[in-house]
Amino acid sequence: MAETCVFDRILDHANRADPYPLYAELRETPVMRRKDGGYVVSTYREIVALLHDPRISSIRPEPPEGGSPPGDESLPGLPPAFIRRDPPEHDRLRRLAMRHFGPPHSPGRVEGMRRQVGETVTRLIDAFAGRDRVDVVDAFAYPLPVIVICRLLGVPTEDEPRFRAWSEALVETLDPRAGEAVERRRVAAGTELRAYLDELADARLRQPSDDLLSALVTDDAEGRMSREELLSTAALLLVAGHETTVNLIANGMLTLLRHPAELDRLRREPDRVDAVIEELLRYEPPVHMPPVRTALDDIEIAGTTIPKGARITLALAAADRDPGRFPDPDRFDPDREDKEHLGFGGGVHFCFGAPLARLETQLALSELARRLENPRLVADPPPYRQNAALRGPRHLHIEFDGVAPATTVGVAIADGS
Amino acid sequence: MRVVVDLTRCQGYGQCVFAAPDVFTMHGQEALLYDPDPSDEQRARVLRAKAACPVQAIHIDRFAARAAGRGPQVYPDAGDGFKRNGRIVIVGASLAGLRAAMVLRREGFAGSLTLIGDETHEPYDRPPLSKQVLAGQVPVEHTMLPRLAELDAEWLLGQRATGLDLTGKRVRLADGREIGFDRLLIATGVRARPWPNEAEAALDGVYVLRTIEDAIRLRARLAAGTGRVLVIGGGFAGSEVASVCRELDRPVTVAERGPVPLFGALGRVIGAIAGEMQREHGVDLRCDTTVTALEGDAEGRLRAARLSDGATLEVDMAVVALGAVRNVDWLEGAGLAAGVWGVGCDAGCRVFDINGVVTDDIFAAGDIARFPHPSYEYQFLALEHWGNAVAQAEIAAHNMVSDQTRRWAHLALPVFWSSQFGVNIKSVGVPTFADGVVITQGSVAERRFVAAYGYRGRITAAVTFDQAMWLEFYQRLIEQAAPFPPDFAMVGRPAVMEPVPAEVPPRVAVAQGATVVVTGHDPGERRAILVRRPE
Ligand SMILES: Cc1cc2nc3c(=O)[nH]c(=O)nc-3n(C[C@H](O)[C@H](O)[C@H](O)COP(=O)(O)OP(=O)(O)OC[C@H]3O[C@@H](n4cnc5c(N)ncnc54)[C@H](O)[C@@H]3O)c2cc1C
Ligand code: HEM
Ligand code: SF4
Repeated sequence: MAETCVFDRILDHANRADPYPLYAELRETPVMRRKDGGYVVSTYREIVALLHDPRISSIRPEPPEGGSPPGDESLPGLPPAFIRRDPPEHDRLRRLAMRHFGPPHSPGRVEGMRRQVGETVTRLIDAFAGRDRVDVVDAFAYPLPVIVICRLLGVPTEDEPRFRAWSEALVETLDPRAGEAVERRRVAAGTELRAYLDELADARLRQPSDDLLSALVTDDAEGRMSREELLSTAALLLVAGHETTVNLIANGMLTLLRHPAELDRLRREPDRVDAVIEELLRYEPPVHMPPVRTALDDIEIAGTTIPKGARITLALAAADRDPGRFPDPDRFDPDREDKEHLGFGGGVHFCFGAPLARLETQLALSELARRLENPRLVADPPPYRQNAALRGPRHLHIEFDGVAPATTVGVAIADGS
Repeated sequence: MRVVVDLTRCQGYGQCVFAAPDVFTMHGQEALLYDPDPSDEQRARVLRAKAACPVQAIHIDRFAARAAGRGPQVYPDAGDGFKRNGRIVIVGASLAGLRAAMVLRREGFAGSLTLIGDETHEPYDRPPLSKQVLAGQVPVEHTMLPRLAELDAEWLLGQRATGLDLTGKRVRLADGREIGFDRLLIATGVRARPWPNEAEAALDGVYVLRTIEDAIRLRARLAAGTGRVLVIGGGFAGSEVASVCRELDRPVTVAERGPVPLFGALGRVIGAIAGEMQREHGVDLRCDTTVTALEGDAEGRLRAARLSDGATLEVDMAVVALGAVRNVDWLEGAGLAAGVWGVGCDAGCRVFDINGVVTDDIFAAGDIARFPHPSYEYQFLALEHWGNAVAQAEIAAHNMVSDQTRRWAHLALPVFWSSQFGVNIKSVGVPTFADGVVITQGSVAERRFVAAYGYRGRITAAVTFDQAMWLEFYQRLIEQAAPFPPDFAMVGRPAVMEPVPAEVPPRVAVAQGATVVVTGHDPGERRAILVRRPE
């Protein structure tokens, strides 16, 4: 069936660099049935409807007959984290985590990290000095989110390298096509990470500090997380916030280098960074497909009935290029008035870490734009990671003429003060 | 800078709070409160909040954004030159009037535009008055709506319209002036229903809450004292006032004629839950109870209230929250279908004349309008909802400058929100259009749930308590006339899902109490005449 092929071609690594024409083809069948009985939804309105449809479950489906187990972001032996749960359990766990991360109880926490994140960004770019070529992914985008999440959780600086290694091993397996060797690495890394977090939690219980983990272990709120739930949650924050942020920064740099006028404007008007980021989340989103859903009941949508029990893939990146929703969708235009994108998903699973991701990316992109002198792409397109769901460059080599000195100006301006 | 959040769209994602925690705050899990006029040093943060809102509900300094996905909007002139040379007058310079004016300009109306309003302020936003303003979190001057300076229009503020001459196409003002128009928009809204006993209403300590002046007085008195507050009427306004009283740690009694608070809007079943919330927060809630008299001391200060349950309460203040009276007085004798029920119009906002014939050049929008809704058996609805004023004003404005082939119909389902006792209550549809109600998601005990309402086997409304993200789903079910009770397997479904009788107040006939006499014999001369009865 020709229809089935489109989605297989999208999954094919050969098309990773530019899946967008294939998404256009995919959208011709807004709700498409695949050979294996799964469904792919690709138009904006239909996806928004399903993200807010209580007949959709996020609980991990059983692997299809004879298929390989889908990527697993949870740690071995621990209960699934809230990204893979449904209300009311999802809501309870998310609420308990949010108590120490955002409103209503901790509204200032993320903004309070601005300075620290800014310093990390500065330090990473300082290290470019004396070179004329770097890999933005390995030298910058990859380390940044791990450092930030370590700070948030309260992982001591000296443990960061170990943390990073575990994180990489876990992230690798988010790919639906990961093989057995990868799976073994994941289990090993997961076991170590779990033991590490468990010990750290014990330490914070004895001697709390002002980090998120301390807050979670000492929380006396009603319905407090069990230790196992807490470990799952901490691992989720690490995994869900890692490669996604890497991709946004790398996709962002790539897109700006492909649109030099925009890069130039960003350099002159650092305040534009928010508009740039929101447009990036629409135009080159890190998450092309969130974790697969399951229909709890028959669902009629766009003239098709998705039967109870069917697995549903939501092609967020296709929806964000839907001409029925965004005029001239294939144009990168930070000035567009209407940027109601799905880059962070929607509904109850809307990205928990979005404010932190935005903060990191604001500082990262505005500082890269300001400090790199005459940056150029070495290869276009760059090599891409295997993963079609979390899509981004494996490397992003750039050349430049020099690195402007660090000031706190970029940070101050981005702060609006 | 001026900020308006379209709270009918807001789903409580809190992204704005992260970005600008000094401007936006979450009251409980998802009831968003904000400062509508933050200082300029917050500008960068507020712009960031606007960019980050996942449903793009935040408007800054402008208020005429186009509904997403609507096609090309600026149609050419109908050929009569009206768009270039026409004269439009809007009476009522508040939410609906301002919004209509902005949409008219957006749609390319370049003729003369006059707004007449009897309040002296620029247009302001009322919902904060019973929430963050009353609680003292935001000064009352911060409620001004964005931004009349940018709007090319003539403003006649502090001027009351006193009459309408339909044939001569003129609006009469209190000072005797007459303003001519080609097309007119009636957006005079409602006013607070006063305490019926005039002498008692005049006692020092008796308040209503509709305008900025009301809010200033009420806030000052609330901040100054510690004594008991009596709230007369447990509708949305009364409940929000009671909520703020408790937040300020004032003892408060709510007297409600019905069996539960919010009875008139949500019926008995869901109202009972709101009642439990009130009691949990220390409100002395008295249902099936009316206030029979207010008593003053020798200086004319309110001292006590007598209740129908026999009690006499010592009170400092009384807030009269008995609903609204439509501002139709100025239309008396004008020949329009205007009365205590509001101003009748069609779904395109064109006003009916007194005979029930639709006019071409007179339009109505907002709290004043009463219009038929196909989803509710074409019954006429009169809604006192922020979102309705905004949506209907857009339809009215569009139709005022469009020929009949391009008119739009106001078919939006009613959406309402209220923030009380730290809970965000939202509704879609018409909850009183119901014979049954059922909790479909969440937990009543946790005050986080969705209730669906149905009438004769189809869904007609839904109400959420701190579950706004699901509202859209129910909106679609209502639009599709889906069966009631809904019986899906879904997340968060309670163990038992048994519909119970809705117990909504009896539906009052639209124009109950209107006495109309029809005269004449020839079809060409038959006329309806509205007979006024003493209220
Ligand atoms: C305290 C309070 C809290 C609220 N909270 C909520 C809420 O949480 N959610 C929600 O959905 N809605 C809420 N509302 C309702 C919402 O504010 C109204 O639906 C909205 O204001 C309607 O706008 P409007 O322009 O139609 O009418 P109005 O705002 O009533 O404006 C009418 C204007 O016309 C003027 N006018 C009247 N007669 C004349 C005349 N003869 N000549 C000249 N001018 C005249 C009036 O003075 C007034 O300025 C609340 C209202 C109040 C008062
Ligand atoms: C640019 C960076 C990021 C992008 C594009 C992104 C995108 C997303 C998307 C699309 C979802 C929805 C998943 C679904 O619907 O099933 C999601 C969920 C989630 N994200 Fe992010 N994310 C980013 C960064 C982060 C960061 C930095 C963190 C943590 C600090 C984080 C934590 C989470 C969590 C915990 C969830 C699950 C939420 C839930 O199920 O309620 N994300 N993210
Ligand atoms: S939906 Fe928008 S306005 Fe509402 S809380 Fe979220 S970010 Fe703020």
